[in-house]
Amino acid sequence: MSIEVREIVRRFGATAALEGVSLHVARGEFVALLGPSGSGKTTLLRILAGLEGSDVGSVRIEGEDMTGVPARERRIGVVFQHYALFRHMTVLDNVAFGLRVRKRRPSAAEIARRVRELLALVQIPELERRYPEQISGGQRQRVALARALAIEPRLLLLDEPFGALDALVRKDVRRWVRGLHDRLGISTILVTHDQEEAMEMADRVAVMERGRIVQCDTAEALLREPATPFVAGFLGEATRLDCHVRGGVAHFDPLPLPPLRVTLPDGPAQAFLRPGDIAVHAGPGPCTVRALRDAAEERARLVVEFGGVLLDATMAGGQPVQRGASCRMALRGGILFGADGRRADAEPVVRVLAG
Amino acid sequence: MSATALLGRRSRVAPVPGLGLTLGITLAWVGLIVVIPLAALAIKPWELGVAGVAQSLAEPRVLSALAVSFGAALLATLVNLPLGLLLAWAIVRLDFPGRRILDSVIDLPFSLPTAVAGIALTALFAPNGWLGAPLMAAFGWQVAYTQAGIAVALIFVGLPFIVRTVEPVLRDLGRDAEEAAATLGATRPQTLGRVVLPMLAPALLTGAGLAFARAVGEYGSVIFIAGNVPMVTEIAPLLIVIRLEQFDYAGAAAVGLAMLVLSFAILLILNLLQRRLRRGRR
Repeated sequence: MSIEVREIVRRFGATAALEGVSLHVARGEFVALLGPSGSGKTTLLRILAGLEGSDVGSVRIEGEDMTGVPARERRIGVVFQHYALFRHMTVLDNVAFGLRVRKRRPSAAEIARRVRELLALVQIPELERRYPEQISGGQRQRVALARALAIEPRLLLLDEPFGALDALVRKDVRRWVRGLHDRLGISTILVTHDQEEAMEMADRVAVMERGRIVQCDTAEALLREPATPFVAGFLGEATRLDCHVRGGVAHFDPLPLPPLRVTLPDGPAQAFLRPGDIAVHAGPGPCTVRALRDAAEERARLVVEFGGVLLDATMAGGQPVQRGASCRMALRGGILFGADGRRADAEPVVRVLAG
Repeated sequence: MSATALLGRRSRVAPVPGLGLTLGITLAWVGLIVVIPLAALAIKPWELGVAGVAQSLAEPRVLSALAVSFGAALLATLVNLPLGLLLAWAIVRLDFPGRRILDSVIDLPFSLPTAVAGIALTALFAPNGWLGAPLMAAFGWQVAYTQAGIAVALIFVGLPFIVRTVEPVLRDLGRDAEEAAATLGATRPQTLGRVVLPMLAPALLTGAGLAFARAVGEYGSVIFIAGNVPMVTEIAPLLIVIRLEQFDYAGAAAVGLAMLVLSFAILLILNLLQRRLRRGRR
């Protein structure tokens, strides 16, 4: 079902949690709300679910205004951050809950059949007699998902659902949930503060900052064309550096970095340098390797110290380096924001190595 | 040292450090404070012989006192269950002026000398008291010096037990489960009946057990308001005191033993019930 959020404002006392948020989710689309804590993403989710009211604005599901419709009548499935399973009920009873509280309640046999189907769908049919305290975190999450799916939701909301899982399980579950979405085709909104999770799972990512959606686009577009310095800094592990533009060239002084050519008016600017923008070459030079990642990969990632600043960089090839070794580096480009907020892509003036 | 030697040594080490010492202290303490006095109580009445104990307990006055004590305690506990739940709910969920004051007032029955509470309640509910007079005038109800008065006193002393056992569990519960129930289509009554109350049931039972145990043994606050008419408003603890004053120590112990056995049976049932609930089965 398509979801239309228009100009939602929500204040808690004097502080505004949401300041005019609009969002469109197409039928069957998977959208992630990504932002730091306190950016209002969970508040937006709760307003969608009907657990919280909005001061201004409207939510429409398939054109139908949801204002004043209580949560229980919205048919929106929610997977809560800590799953919120009913701990006095078995897995089976948890999943059956949404069917049993219906006004026109299906027969017991029908409910049992549907619950078994759902448990098979989330691949935990053997757990139906267990209690939530007797199963693992990943299994609880599957139960929460099956419980939310039992009401045949028009929209599925996932509130930081992977936060309580360990890194290895999280990766698997993430792919599995996205696969499930592709099979069922239920419009889904995921709330997360993990950019990797958002970009891997969602069709589009809405980046939130202080109660606003600052940009909503595909992961690739967000990385290539960030709308604001906040987006540029929040996604893609970029290093933010202050610089100064003079005559179409950005200078990083006092840092001894090579200048970048950029079409911005003269004045102060912010540069965002992605790891791929900084190429490190082994050999004597002014930089020091502080940390190494993916050292066995073809293009190892590393952290280098240069002029007192730590930069996320990429190995440009050549000899492998070790922690503490000295090295040289070159800038391949970057994204700059002028004082007026204008964005421009930068490129190296000359392909020279620093130092 | 080889691995087997290490393992061999480890297997002889108790899993809890100082297990022997702590177990010794615990058992000695429980024995000294709980088991020996209770054993003495259990042995004493048999000085009368089996027939003597049976005769002593079969006295109508004793049976009536036991019925009054346990009946009033049960009634007070049943009244306190919903009342305590409501108060705990108000303290945890509502934010109103004076919440903190209410929070501390609830503990007063714990700290007040029971005789003071008894005298205050008696003054309040006496036929000419602040509450007693209007109740008498409006409905013709007399509270003080009747069985109703006993129940009022027991409600007073039992309430904090239920509030204080339910409160932390309710606080810990959060609203997550209720919100989940709402998104799944449950109405408010369905959420309360199927989610909140079952989750609170073990705590409610614990509180009820504590309040009931306290009410059965309550003496100080009851004897002032009860009027202590034999066969009507005489409670079992008072009967024990009366027998002691008549130097009928074995007879007093017989009543005590009867109370002990009854209380133990009731608390055992509550405990078993609670264990079933803790497993989550309804």
